[in-house]
Formats: sequence, structure tokens, C-alpha cells
Amino acid sequence: MLNIVMAVMRRDLKLAMRRQADMTAVLFFFVIVVSLFPLGIGPEANLLRKLAPGVLWVAALLATMLSLPRLFADDLKDGTLEQLALAPHPLGLVVLGKVLAHWLVSGLPLALLAPILGIQYDLSTDALIVLTATLLLGTPALSGIGAIGAALTLGVRGGGVLLSLLVLPLYIPVLIFGAGAVDATVAGLGAEGHFSLLAALAFASVGFAPWAAAAALKIALE
Amino acid sequence: MNERLINIFRFASPATFYPLAGRMIPWFVALTVLFGAAGLWLGLFVAPTDFQQGEGYRIIFVHVPASWMSMFIYLVMAFWAAVGFTLNTRLSGMMTQALAPTGALMAFLSLWTGALWGKPMWGAWWVWDARLTSELILLFLYIGFIALTSAIDDPRRADKAGGILLLVGVVNIPIIYFSVKWWNTLHQGSSVSLTRSPSMAAIMLWGMLLMALCFWMYSIALALVRVRGIILERERHTDWAKAILSGETAR
Amino acid sequence: MIWNSFGEFLAMGGYAGYVWGSFGATALIMIVEPILARRRQKQTIARLRRQMRADTRSSLESNE
Repeated sequence: MLNIVMAVMRRDLKLAMRRQADMTAVLFFFVIVVSLFPLGIGPEANLLRKLAPGVLWVAALLATMLSLPRLFADDLKDGTLEQLALAPHPLGLVVLGKVLAHWLVSGLPLALLAPILGIQYDLSTDALIVLTATLLLGTPALSGIGAIGAALTLGVRGGGVLLSLLVLPLYIPVLIFGAGAVDATVAGLGAEGHFSLLAALAFASVGFAPWAAAAALKIALE
Repeated sequence: MNERLINIFRFASPATFYPLAGRMIPWFVALTVLFGAAGLWLGLFVAPTDFQQGEGYRIIFVHVPASWMSMFIYLVMAFWAAVGFTLNTRLSGMMTQALAPTGALMAFLSLWTGALWGKPMWGAWWVWDARLTSELILLFLYIGFIALTSAIDDPRRADKAGGILLLVGVVNIPIIYFSVKWWNTLHQGSSVSLTRSPSMAAIMLWGMLLMALCFWMYSIALALVRVRGIILERERHTDWAKAILSGETAR
Repeated sequence: MIWNSFGEFLAMGGYAGYVWGSFGATALIMIVEPILARRRQKQTIARLRRQMRADTRSSLESNE
């Protein structure tokens, strides 16, 4: 069982490495969006410190959205998806492998980049550490829930915009707990509650979302 | 038991449901008017002035029924989606699509009347209260469902994809509500207490219930009108649909 | 009946804009939505009829 997940993951990672431009484009989108906010709001450090968690998290949500349409589209085009669906192992495990690979090429780099951008917003070291930790914990949930949206909109006209319409409302809990944890740290309160809820969301969505996405893929392939 | 099951399946077939729905619509319209007239009479002419909110509280007679219906319709749609997946009935998917526009409008009405109620009572058109925010997200979920099902050309695929979205949504609604509530208690900035007076006079409660029944019957009537159109569209190649289309009496 | 005059009823104790704005929007939606649904149903029937006639005509022609 684990073999399938690992095999799919390795394959997707290899494909992603061949197209590094896509990956870096998403990261630059994240950097640019985060850097635009101070230009719109003004350079006042107090205000920026207050806005930082929300801005960084919303930018991370949007950056994740950008890479989602590609999650299954390429495999559908070259027929791989059909082969995977016909194979004897459950499709949910295949999707799980793809979700993990997606997280490694989008969520993980976003989380590692976030503290550098957080410095622009004059965040304290504690807040930067918490920000990175919440992104590390929260982005798997984004990849998981996003996979459902990507599977539902597969091959549908206007898929990209539609995808964000479907997925962004479902991202709200992750946004609230993720940005909330950094907020609480900035305010000098503990963030343990946020972290446990974020972890629960991440585990639940990585555990269940691949199966819902697999069901959606089967419908798309019919 | 067996016979009853067969009966259910008979009505679940579009061919029998189409004329049945046509016969039921006038009744639901009549009930809508009846309950609406009674509810408006109680709400606007009989119910006494609220000692705290004056006459402004009368918005409750449309606000609460619209909010209830917006939530209830989403649950009903999720129920039909689940039925569609377990029993593989064709009618279930059509029902979800027939209900969605009314549900979205109810969510919109709930927000609209909520804003008109909020302005005089709390001094703001919009506050980021947990209930208001959740209602807004519910409206987003409706819009997502409508956008998804109308973007897919194959009706069977649209039904199933919409069904998955509904089931994912219905699992997420409690999580979203809980997280928004939590977020709200953490950010209690301009602390406005939104708890409405719990001791509501019996007459107000009756008015509200009658209005809720009116909204309920309205939603059913409209869903039936829409589902008839969807049925005919999808069954146009069958003999019975052709018979209806070529007949003079078809409305 | 709690109102002394029709004007008092319309004034809603100073909340006229808010109360009638709510009831008015609700009434508007509840009138417009059925009309639109009804019209759409009629349009669907008309379109399907046209399609059916076109289909039978073309199938007759191909039979000849």
C-alpha cells in the first residue's frame, strides 16, 4: 500500500523537477503578492506587524490555488490517469501520493520562504518561527482539499476560476487557525490550541480528501 | 414493504414525477399564499411593538425564515446527493440543481435583511459576527455549486460532481461554523452583543413560524417548477416526453 | 390591530426604510424568481418542440 503512494509521489516529484519554472513561478507569485501589500497600505511598522499573519496566509492560499489545476490535468492529457484508475490498487492511494508530492513542491517551499517575507513586516523571531510552523502544518490540508476541487473541475471549461470558487470557502478554517496562531503569538498569547486544531484539520483532510478526490476523478473519467 | 419500495421507485422515475409535480405545484402555491397572508397579518398587524427594538424588530419575520431556509435547503440538497449516490436515482441530481438557486437567494435575503436589521440596532450594516460570516460562506458554497454544475455539459457528470461537492460542503459546514465562531471570540473588538431577547412573545413566535412555513412551501413550489424543466430537457428523447411535447395541454 | 392609522403603519415607528427595505426585497425576489422560472420552463418547452420537429423532418427526409 505504501509502495503505491511512494511510487506515485516519486514520479510526480520527478516530473515537477523537469518543470522547475512552474514551481518558481508560484513562489514568485507568493513573494510579489506579499510585497505588494505594504505598498498599498503604507510602511508603518505597527500596522504591518498586525496585518502580516493574514496577508502571508492569504497569499499562501492564493499561491497554492495557482498550482492546483495542473495536479491532474497533465495526467489526463497523456492518458496516465486512465491507466491509474484501471489499475487494481485503490485510486485514493494514488491521489494521496499526488497530494503529498504537491505539498512538497508547493506547500513546503512556501513555508520555508515565509519567514524571509515575514521580516519585511517586522515580525519578531518567535512570530516568524510560529508562522513557518503553521504553514508547514496547514499547507498539507490546502493540498488535500485542493485535490478535491482539482478533480471536480478536471476538463471542465473555465476550470481555473471555478476551482478557486469551490476551494477557497473550504480553506477558511485553515486560514483562521493558521493566521490565528501567529496573531496569538504576536499578542503574547499561547498558540497551542491553534496548533492542535490545525494539526487535526491537516490529518483529517490528508486522510479523507484523497478518497473524495478519487471519487470525483472516476466521475470525470467516465 | 416490497410494494411500498416499488411505489417509491415509481415516483422516483421522471416519467411519473413530471405530471405529479405539475399537479402539486398549485397546492404549494396556495399554501405559500395562505401561510404568507397569515404570517404577515400576525407579524405586521397583531404582534406588539418590541420594548427594546421598537418596530424595527419586525424584520425578524422575513430574516429568520430566510436564514432557516438557506441552511435547510443546503441540507436537503446534500440529502438528495447522498440518495443519488446510494440508490442511483436519476431524480436526485435533478432535485439538487432545482433547489440550488432558491437556496442561494434565501442566503442572499438573509444577508440583506440582516444588514437592514443591523444598521438601526447595532449601528453597522455589517459586523463580522460568527452567524453573519457563516451565512456569507454558505452563500459562497451555493454559488460554487451552481457554477460547477452549470459548467459541466454532461448532466450525469454534473449531478455526480455537484453531489460530491455538496457532501464535502456539508461535512465542512460545522467545521467552518466552529472556526468562525472561535475566530470571532478571539477578535471581540467592538464588542456588540448580538443575542436577541430570548423571551419572545408567543404571538411573535407564531408569526415567525407561519412565515417560515410560507418560505418552505414557496421553496418547494419553485423547486418543482424548476425540476419539471430539467426533467423535460433531459428526457426529451424518451417517448413520454415526446408525447408531452407534442400534446396541446402541456404547460 | 395595533396601528391607529395607515400613516403610522407605513412609518413603522421610524424604521420604515429598514423594515420596508427587508419586506420589499423579499417580496421582489418572491415575485421575480417564480416569473423567471416559469418563463424558463416555457422557453425550454418551446425549444424542445422546435428541436423535435426539426428532428422528425430530417429523419423523414433521410427516409425518402
